Amino acid sequence: MDTSNPNESYFTAIRRRFKLKNYLVYIFFIVFLLIASPLSIAGALKTSTQILFEQIGYTIIGVISLSLVVGFLGELSLGHAAFMSIGAFIGMYFQKTCLSSLHDVSPLLSLIISMIVGGLVAGVCGIIIGLPALRLKGDYLAIVTLAFGEIVKILFQQIPIFGGAIGFNNRGYKYDSTYLFIIIFIVALLSIVLVKNLIKSKHGRAIKSIRDNEIAAKAMGVNVTYYKLLVFVISAVLAGVAGVLYGASKNQIDATTFNYNYSINNMLVMVVIGGMGNIHGSIVSAIVVTFLNVKLQVIFEGDKAAIKNIIYAVILIVIVVYNNAPSLRSFREKYNLRKLFTFLKKKIKRMIFKNIDEKKEKEKEEEDIKEFSGDWSKIPTKIEMDEIVSTGLDVGSPHDEQEGGK
Amino acid sequence: MGNVFQIILNGLSQGGVYALIALGYTMVYGIAKMLNFAHGDLIMVGGYTVYITFGLMGFPLIAIIFAVVFCTILGICVEKFAYKPLRGASPLAVLITAIGVSYLLQSLAFLIFKSNPRMIDLFPGLSTNQKTIITLVTALVVMAALTLFINFTRIGKAMRAVSEDKGASQLMGINSNMIISITFAIGSALAAIAGAFYLLKTPAVTYTMGSMPGIKAFTAAVIGGIGSIPGAMVGGLLLGLIEEICSSIPGLSSYTIAIEFGILIIILLVRPSGILGKKRREKV
Repeated sequence: MDTSNPNESYFTAIRRRFKLKNYLVYIFFIVFLLIASPLSIAGALKTSTQILFEQIGYTIIGVISLSLVVGFLGELSLGHAAFMSIGAFIGMYFQKTCLSSLHDVSPLLSLIISMIVGGLVAGVCGIIIGLPALRLKGDYLAIVTLAFGEIVKILFQQIPIFGGAIGFNNRGYKYDSTYLFIIIFIVALLSIVLVKNLIKSKHGRAIKSIRDNEIAAKAMGVNVTYYKLLVFVISAVLAGVAGVLYGASKNQIDATTFNYNYSINNMLVMVVIGGMGNIHGSIVSAIVVTFLNVKLQVIFEGDKAAIKNIIYAVILIVIVVYNNAPSLRSFREKYNLRKLFTFLKKKIKRMIFKNIDEKKEKEKEEEDIKEFSGDWSKIPTKIEMDEIVSTGLDVGSPHDEQEGGK
Repeated sequence: MGNVFQIILNGLSQGGVYALIALGYTMVYGIAKMLNFAHGDLIMVGGYTVYITFGLMGFPLIAIIFAVVFCTILGICVEKFAYKPLRGASPLAVLITAIGVSYLLQSLAFLIFKSNPRMIDLFPGLSTNQKTIITLVTALVVMAALTLFINFTRIGKAMRAVSEDKGASQLMGINSNMIISITFAIGSALAAIAGAFYLLKTPAVTYTMGSMPGIKAFTAAVIGGIGSIPGAMVGGLLLGLIEEICSSIPGLSSYTIAIEFGILIIILLVRPSGILGKKRREKV
């Protein structure tokens, strides 16, 4: 369909391919910034609101960084909070020791430099951890990143220059909260642009092909190790940047904040709720869940916080089982939200415009379906298909063939 | 000299506990090809069950038996409701579900028992050394019994067959679903025993008590070669020794956990199939 009309000019081609919904998230961010920043500078926002915005902002960056690994690469990392922790500690330590004179002149520039430093250090740690773990198949990355998270926590707690068990004292270097959330949201916007364009590019297709079938991707000439490491490092850098921004928003940075629970609660749950392999979903769920977390803290205070965690755990299990159980496949195809949404959209459109070109409508629907065909949970890959059709005994699925034992 | 002997004894005893937990990981991994993240939390459930039944009745043996029964039932239920629907789904989905289950168990325990640790002393009359020896002997006996069970019973044979090739074993008339359930049951029972004996050394029952030994036991299973039963035993004992040696050296003691996980990462880098694991070629 793309190469159908050779007479079509470049610009009309762009206009034809332009889809508003792909740019909605940018528009949302820009509109938000245009409204919120003058309000904040004028002093109309409460400090608690500013802190909430800060929290939402760095959570968005953290969640899309994990979403890149879980949703697009198909590997599980349980130590992304550790990368945030590295970003927070290294970035803020760097700012305090090396940039203190610059900080007096321009806090913004010193924050940007420490963001770069924190992100780079987190990225290097990502290489160190990713290189051994990503060469292996299966669940090793999850457990290695979990172990890595514990190591990082212990190191930051033990090393005296990072404040030891009390935590790192960041007093004096905390960024002014009137402006901080604006910076955080600009960084979040930039990282969304980065991630979305990465996914859309040639590299993004290679990454998704690894997720869908590693062996088939290898056979097509995709350098699996390179792409896995690339994604992991990009994701680590983003998490590190999120960590620096976290650090800039606090007076005191505590290594125990970034424990296993943080990786689950503030990252994995959001990625799964938003939909794996869906950047927009991740962003929406990061916003909604963070907002709920902050608001529910008042209701579920102290020991009652467990109720909230139970709800999250149940949601996590139900969503994953519902989306992935092979026996529920036909049920899923019959009832899903996407179908409901398209149905509602159609109804609403009918109500507004009385006479719609039926043919055009149908074409558009088909295009939508085509676009959606990247959903990996529903369409069996070629090898899986062969496995379903054949009755060979020795053909295990690609995941089955790991070191089995006795 | 006596000091060295003491360290080795402590290490072996702690290692025995790790080995019991690691056996659960490795058996489930070998047969269901999944990493049961919730396994560590079964230790916690076992710990709480021991705490309650011991508080009610006062007999340590009955408390342990109760914990074993309860954990076995829980393990089977978790398998039936959370993991079984996902058989054949992508490993990532199974892994996230397992994390969800682990998180659920921890939160439930937190809700019921709150965050303050419950102290328990199962054998009040005994000295620390006697407890250490009891732990080591129990662990060794359980491991020996498990080895006999796997090697010489019909179910054990079926388990080995399923772990070797699920499809072929089904064609030979083995009910693989039942075998997977039995594996989960045995793993959970071992976790309950491990939980009870873990409390002899660290007598505080908290809702997160399972996660650390869980991850350490997984490390042990990887060191020994995941999927291999003798590997899990050797790996567990080795890890216990390493831990005890590290924590007896003054400068290193606070870095013990970091060292253990560093070893995990090095092992994965150098010899991913572990000490006793078999290397398998991947087939398409």
